Amino acid sequence: MGDITFLILKRLGFGLMTLLIVSIIIFFAVELLPGDIAETVLGQAATAETVEAFRNKIGLNRPAFVRYFEWLSGAVTGDFGVSLVTDNPVGTAIAERLSNTLFLATYAAVIAVPVAIFLGILVALLRNTIFDRLTNIATLASISSPEFFVAYILIIYLSVKTGLFPPIANLSGNMSFPELLNRTFLPALTLVLVTTAHMMRMTRAAIINLLAEPYIEMARMKGVSRWKVIVRHTLPNAWAPIITVVALNMAYLITGVVLVEVVFVYPGIGQLLVDAVSKRDFPIVQACCLIFAATFILLNLAADVGAILSNPRLRNPK
Amino acid sequence: MSIENKTEFILEMRGLCVDGYSNEGWMPILKGIDLTLRRGEILGLIGESGAGKSTLGAAAMGYVRDGTRFASGSVNFDGIELTIASEAKKNTLRGARIAYVAQSAAASFNPAHKLIDQHCEAPLQHRLRTKTAAQKDAIQLYEQLRLPNPKEIGFRYPHQVSGGQLQRAMTAMAMSCRPDLLIFDEPTTALDVTTQIDVLSAIRDIVRVYNTAAIYITHDLAVVAQMADRIKVLLRGKEIEEAPTRNMLLSPQEEYTKSLWAVRSFKSPSKPAPKEDEKPLVSLHNIHASYNKNDKIVDDVSFEIFKGMTVAVVGESGSGKSTIARVMTGLLPPDQGNVRRMDKRLPLHYKSRSREQLRQIQMIYQMADTALNPKIPVCEIIGRPAEFYSGLQGAELKGRVEELLELIELDPAEYYNRRPSELSGGQKQRIGIARALAADPEIIICDEITSALDQLVAEGILRLLDSLQRELNMTYMFITHDLATVRAIADFIVVMKDGKVIEKGTKEEVLSPPHHSYTELLLSSVPEMDPDWLSDLLKQRG
Repeated sequence: MGDITFLILKRLGFGLMTLLIVSIIIFFAVELLPGDIAETVLGQAATAETVEAFRNKIGLNRPAFVRYFEWLSGAVTGDFGVSLVTDNPVGTAIAERLSNTLFLATYAAVIAVPVAIFLGILVALLRNTIFDRLTNIATLASISSPEFFVAYILIIYLSVKTGLFPPIANLSGNMSFPELLNRTFLPALTLVLVTTAHMMRMTRAAIINLLAEPYIEMARMKGVSRWKVIVRHTLPNAWAPIITVVALNMAYLITGVVLVEVVFVYPGIGQLLVDAVSKRDFPIVQACCLIFAATFILLNLAADVGAILSNPRLRNPK
Repeated sequence: MSIENKTEFILEMRGLCVDGYSNEGWMPILKGIDLTLRRGEILGLIGESGAGKSTLGAAAMGYVRDGTRFASGSVNFDGIELTIASEAKKNTLRGARIAYVAQSAAASFNPAHKLIDQHCEAPLQHRLRTKTAAQKDAIQLYEQLRLPNPKEIGFRYPHQVSGGQLQRAMTAMAMSCRPDLLIFDEPTTALDVTTQIDVLSAIRDIVRVYNTAAIYITHDLAVVAQMADRIKVLLRGKEIEEAPTRNMLLSPQEEYTKSLWAVRSFKSPSKPAPKEDEKPLVSLHNIHASYNKNDKIVDDVSFEIFKGMTVAVVGESGSGKSTIARVMTGLLPPDQGNVRRMDKRLPLHYKSRSREQLRQIQMIYQMADTALNPKIPVCEIIGRPAEFYSGLQGAELKGRVEELLELIELDPAEYYNRRPSELSGGQKQRIGIARALAADPEIIICDEITSALDQLVAEGILRLLDSLQRELNMTYMFITHDLATVRAIADFIVVMKDGKVIEKGTKEEVLSPPHHSYTELLLSSVPEMDPDWLSDLLKQRG
């Protein structure tokens, strides 16, 4: 097991280094945004004195790299500074939005991942049949349509015409869990529809890729049924690429959902980021970007570790 | 099954035709095969690649691979017609009453499951045993097949077990339901000769103990002579002849069979020994090499290669013989030691060698399939090194390529613009030779170049290399595990084991007694065409 621990620690080290580099890029990219931050935040009416005072207050007059290290050391301890617009700590502003986004992502993932893998296995088993083609067409159509389009279609059919689910996913603190699920069903379903195809097709491809292996023929020669050949003999060797795609889609569910949030008026982190960008509330922008980057890195790390653990050669060394 | 359905034969094929799908549509692979097999009898199927042996073996299980189909004829297993039986019906037979042992055990065991779980799959699937009973039975079979640690070995994963042991574990797996019929598809082809003996004797004993009928597929006559009661010879999907093993070995009737029998007769005439004061063309001095520092692959190896001679480096897999080639070509700089040409040191890394030094040492590879770029026509494959090393251009280059094609006995008019996919295995290997010759080298390293080829084709390649050697005074280093090849072509022999040189000397010195004990083991392990060879050898070794 020593080898695996070392491999995982190595990946973790690389992840941290990537995160550091990303933090530099984020910080200086925000610096490079056109226009003076203080003037934009305070608006046209601000006098030269108030602008200058504001610049001093948030430290804009000091060199960028000093501010970078202050920001970084704060970020490491969870302190992302205060919002330029509301003066509230960035941490509390983000925390609630982030938990909403994580909830929606989990909701969608819990449905999408099992469905995608099950469908992937099914179409691999029934490959080149009508069912395979139809599933492919359906999932490709859903992945090719823009999310907001899928979202509006769902609203028309599942909300406006049938009244099954509420069209707007506004949250309030005292909702019961079933009601929460009901209210966020449409955005979750939209996300399921746009992520399933990718994961399903990778599952199908990873399985079919292995069907020419001699051990699959051997299993058939033992009289093992087609379903068991796929589930028992193929799937355990196909996990690595499937896990990678699942992780990428999980990352997308957290970082790429702003359109869906806007359509359903869902208070997630994507909306927060878009608002912050338009108001030049750069501490929030930086914190959001850093969280997104960390999400990607963590999920990729999880995928790597998952792929390593799914390999029996690494799990059981000689 | 009612008794009336039982026939004299456990397996009976009549006029079996199987088609395979290719670019030109459905083409016949098997063209009307008749085959009968009694209970407890072993039939040897022999033929070159493309003869349809494996297709026939699979057909005996009612199995057609993807892209093939039953065209006509019948396969009758104990009263059940397999060509028309449903998949579900055939699945009840497969693993239970007919079992399969594949060529590569390493690839045919699922890497994700323990050996014993794969072993117990068939008995559980066919509801013949409970899991505990099946495991107990597995351990008993492991014991009967003389696997080390029979109680424990099944709980390992395939990658934790060696090739010869895996092959025996696969035979045990095939026996798990005590089938009436076993199909062995080249079960020892991928093994070293010394390991092959253990596997052959284990297989032979277990088949006798349970009186199981078997079809034994191989391209190796000497092996089939040990295993089979009868031998059937196939050529391009047709039967050439069939006879009881002893008759077949003593007096083959057909020309083709006789040519198969005669392959091992080629022997290159010996050459005059190098003069006393002659400097070796290439010499290795105390080479130590490894891929990672803790794991030494080559351990203090020294030998010399004289101009115009063939040095054969012989050893089993893992003996470090291919690593020697990588050291000589500079692909793997050694940890210690040096490589010299005419007593002058060559830079250890190929990047530090001059173009002239690179030209002097060329290689031919084992798998011509993967060593030739399938997208590039023959004229470019051969023309590229000629252009790179000799700076030939235009008509001169074309002339040189045509000359090289003539040297390897392929008609330039026909082959100049072909791509590797339009060539047979032997022709591809010839292109590999021409590519090495195109550089006008002093020495060519041949790494197992005949081991992927059929015997007749391999013999053609050896004859070609021999005549090229005489014509061009070429020097070869021949890496091989096949002692027949060594006998045929070597002047000097270096025997390697575990990265060390065990013995070296002229062919006469090494191949005539007294032998070093390991050389003796290697030599005595090469199967001979005598059907009693294996029994005698096992008796001798006790």
